[in-house]
Amino acid sequence: MEVTSSGKDMKNKAPKHSESRSRSSVLREDCFHILDEQNVADPKLDPQLAEELLLKMYSNMVTSRLLDERGMMLQRQGRIGFYVPATGQEAIATGTAAALKASDWAFPSYREPGVFLYRGADVLQMIANLYGNSGDICQGRQMPNHYSFSKQRLFSVSSPISTQVIQAVGCSMASKIRQEKDVTITYFGDGGTSENDFHTGLTFAGAFKTPTVFICTNNQYAISVPLYKQTGAKRLADKGIGYGVDAVAVDGNDILAVYTKTKEAVDKARNGGGPTLIECVTLRMGPHSSSDDPTRYRDPDLYAAWEKRDPILRFRQYLEGKGLWDADHEESLREEIKDHLVEAVEDVEKMPPPELETLFEDVYAELTPQLKKQKQALIAERELRGKFENTSEAFPL
Amino acid sequence: MATMTIVQAVRDALYNEMKRNDSVVLLGEDVGLNGGVFRATEGLQKEFGEARVMDTPLAESGIIGAAMGMAVNGLRPVPEIQFLDFIYPAFDQIVSEVAKIRYRSGGTFTCPMVIRSPAGGGIRGGHYHSQSSEAYFTHTPGLKVVYPSNPYDTKGLLISAIRDEDPVIFLEPKKLYRAVKGEVPEGEYTVEIGKANVVREGKDVTILCWGAMVPEALKAADLCTPRGADCEVVDLRTLVPLDEPTILESVRKTGKVVIVHEAPRTCGFGAELSALIAEEAVEYLEAPIVRVAGLDTPFPYTLEHVYMPDAERIALAVGKVKNF
Repeated sequence: MEVTSSGKDMKNKAPKHSESRSRSSVLREDCFHILDEQNVADPKLDPQLAEELLLKMYSNMVTSRLLDERGMMLQRQGRIGFYVPATGQEAIATGTAAALKASDWAFPSYREPGVFLYRGADVLQMIANLYGNSGDICQGRQMPNHYSFSKQRLFSVSSPISTQVIQAVGCSMASKIRQEKDVTITYFGDGGTSENDFHTGLTFAGAFKTPTVFICTNNQYAISVPLYKQTGAKRLADKGIGYGVDAVAVDGNDILAVYTKTKEAVDKARNGGGPTLIECVTLRMGPHSSSDDPTRYRDPDLYAAWEKRDPILRFRQYLEGKGLWDADHEESLREEIKDHLVEAVEDVEKMPPPELETLFEDVYAELTPQLKKQKQALIAERELRGKFENTSEAFPL
Repeated sequence: MATMTIVQAVRDALYNEMKRNDSVVLLGEDVGLNGGVFRATEGLQKEFGEARVMDTPLAESGIIGAAMGMAVNGLRPVPEIQFLDFIYPAFDQIVSEVAKIRYRSGGTFTCPMVIRSPAGGGIRGGHYHSQSSEAYFTHTPGLKVVYPSNPYDTKGLLISAIRDEDPVIFLEPKKLYRAVKGEVPEGEYTVEIGKANVVREGKDVTILCWGAMVPEALKAADLCTPRGADCEVVDLRTLVPLDEPTILESVRKTGKVVIVHEAPRTCGFGAELSALIAEEAVEYLEAPIVRVAGLDTPFPYTLEHVYMPDAERIALAVGKVKNF
């Protein structure tokens, strides 16, 4: 889609994405895809993945979707403070994660729950992160959706945008220096390609020819700012050229395409072929976060067009076409996942908040004399006043 | 025992630690073939190879961000920022990422590294090769801040910093890089992070200082002796974590304090020291605490010798508190 000039006529909050709608397909033509718009796989491109893998991928996508639904509901009920849904982007997280080995590293952003789920992060601990209680690995020190699972080599999520991109490159440099074969994958959005550390990340990756795979989830909005206001680039994949980093654009709602191109990039990186930037084109179907109201800025026609391209629905039709899936399977899978989530929420809600003393841990490997003094003072304050009243306001972003 | 400059002590510490631990890697602008613009990494690429001594693209945020990823994945990086004045593009990576990863991951990810950078004025470097911006980092939980003043401490503290499990900002007083020589033991030894050093004992006035201000304070103490003030000079060496007992012990003894730093006065680290002394030892004070600091101006070029605290300005401040 041409995105260069359409922004000039924008006047109010009902933007017209005229050029994107003028085409019969909403997907940019240059995007690699395997499923067509009727969700039939091109037989020449179908990776013919094993049944077990296909079903694991499908199950992971559904789990991610249901976790999002549950997370948003918990937020609306006031049981958690905040939630970041990834609805509509499940094919990207799952398709890329499925192309990795367990020993590979992933540096996700906050909108990749599917990567955490696929690599074996414990759902209970993920939900405990939403509550920020004593069951949370991070002891309630981060906002919801900022997961951290070191055993699965799933790096801690940061809120500042794209800081993880250059860190992922450094991680992959370490693997290369030690002559290990691990690959590092990292995730960021379309807005993230404007950030300094996207630039430094791809600069270093190109210069050191690192085993890094860059996944750009182009969901067309950075909170409210549409892509054509974000950049003059016609394709985010084009940004790879200037850094000497191979790049490709794929249909981000076609998990087979996402998997195929990621697998190629991962294999290439593992074999010393250097980094790849993969632009996965999709549309963010939910709000930026539970605090955001996308009806203020989103083009309803664009949304409607992409709703028909739901990545879970498309993959399901593919599986059904192969005779691997039907309505009964679907029902029992959803029941099983829902039960698991409900049970996990119940367990997590029983967990108390982190102890006050945890405030001082993990600032340094050991408490400094200053922190010891502050800890003693806070404990004394608690004894004096009894309780600490929470007067925080709602989060706006 | 060898006699070394500070810059040679830096190189010697790096050499020792790289020999001892394969995980120690260096990265930065011009640190490889060129050996660093101050030659602090001279010959190390030849000795340890390009994989362990990396010339990076010219991007400070990239240097620190990459170092963080390396540290998370088990290396022990020592990134160099060519001048402390150039560290600001990396500020986000340092304060939001490097400093916070242990905390935000519940201790499951850490990134021990030593960010080395030449700091301070006195080399005719103008705005952008002269700043002493330690206070930005002392204000950030999760970082340790070390600022030595002589070759012996430089080597011992740098070795300690590389072995430390937390990220360390290691500031090297570039005015003293070659101006000061001292005896430095061969091989490995450590100077403990978090310990100040009373470099001159005295009974009348305590002078608190670090980095390039330490020799100026010692000169000032010599100027003050015939003027009737016996100065105690405390080289803090580490700003975070701060050695409060040593500082307070000296203050309780003398009851009079002069704090010296190159950085601008307002919200400089001297303000923290002043507050600490007021909170912990006000009953011992016999005069107001006096700060001798850089001006609240950008760092100048031609008049840097006027801007920077020197022995005479420190001596005048000592006289003021002594005669209060």
